[in-house]
Amino acid sequence: MPVDIWLYFILGFMIIGSIACLEIKNILSSIITIGVVGLSLSLAFLFLGAPDLALVQFVFEILCMIILIRAFAKRSIEVRALQRDVPETIIAIVILASIFVLSIFAFKDMPSFGKPIVRVAERYLANAGVETGSQNIVTAVILNYRIYDTLGEITVLFTAILGTLTILRKTGRKKRHAE
Amino acid sequence: MQNNFPNEGMSVIVKTITRFTVWLIFLYGLYIVIHGHLSPGGGFAGGVIVALSYVHLTLAYGKNFVMERVNKFAMNSLEAIAAILIVLTGLVGLYVTGYFLANFMGIGKLYTLLSAGYIPMLNIFICVKVSMGLYLVFYYLASFKQQEG
Repeated sequence: MPVDIWLYFILGFMIIGSIACLEIKNILSSIITIGVVGLSLSLAFLFLGAPDLALVQFVFEILCMIILIRAFAKRSIEVRALQRDVPETIIAIVILASIFVLSIFAFKDMPSFGKPIVRVAERYLANAGVETGSQNIVTAVILNYRIYDTLGEITVLFTAILGTLTILRKTGRKKRHAE
Repeated sequence: MQNNFPNEGMSVIVKTITRFTVWLIFLYGLYIVIHGHLSPGGGFAGGVIVALSYVHLTLAYGKNFVMERVNKFAMNSLEAIAAILIVLTGLVGLYVTGYFLANFMGIGKLYTLLSAGYIPMLNIFICVKVSMGLYLVFYYLASFKQQEG
């Protein structure tokens, strides 16, 4: 089968998974459905011929699921039944339909599948081995041509970890507890 | 290894299996990092796998078993040192070639392990940074206790 059909199948699977994630009342099942979405995305990357990205997505999804399960599965979280009003539902449907119609017009002008509009990729594919000495062209792009982006990513990760440690540190919590 | 916290963590079956699997996961992460410029993977993916081996140990044996062996302050420092080393690599490139973060080492022979200039070095720095940081995030999020009342 061609790649497109597999991609449509995986995308449908992901949409079903995200709807199920929102509708399931049990929090553990909900987290596992998030994992279904992430692992399907990893599979989609694999079908598109991007093993680097598939590996990162696969591994990171597992870590995220472990963190989510450990952090939230045993918590007592109130489940509130949503009460949807009629005018709100109508407004939501109208906005969604208009975004859908607009996106159809927008995606018509996009370049077709597998034919990128950016020409710099061809230069990378042709010269990456000679210019950087790296056999893996993805690594050559990430760590040589586009290393400023990687530096920014590392800064983002550093900031995220700093924020987590600041919010969840023990000393601050103890002080507040003593008051 | 002596286990001072035998009652924490999961059952004996999980602990015994963990003893066989955790170093395989760790070595696979290191393999991915070191061969980042030859095969799919790289510093980020390998770093997450290394962090997952720590997570594996924590889930099976309990967090006190791990925290007895690794130092939280050392992990914090290693992460920050790796970040500083990446910027220092950029500054060395600025000094040698005139461009920030430019490749200042020889490219070497294609398809060999020691090639591609500074890419393997940066992969190792990124691995240290990502693994330590993600394990610390896991540790703090998983050991966070909900306050009563």
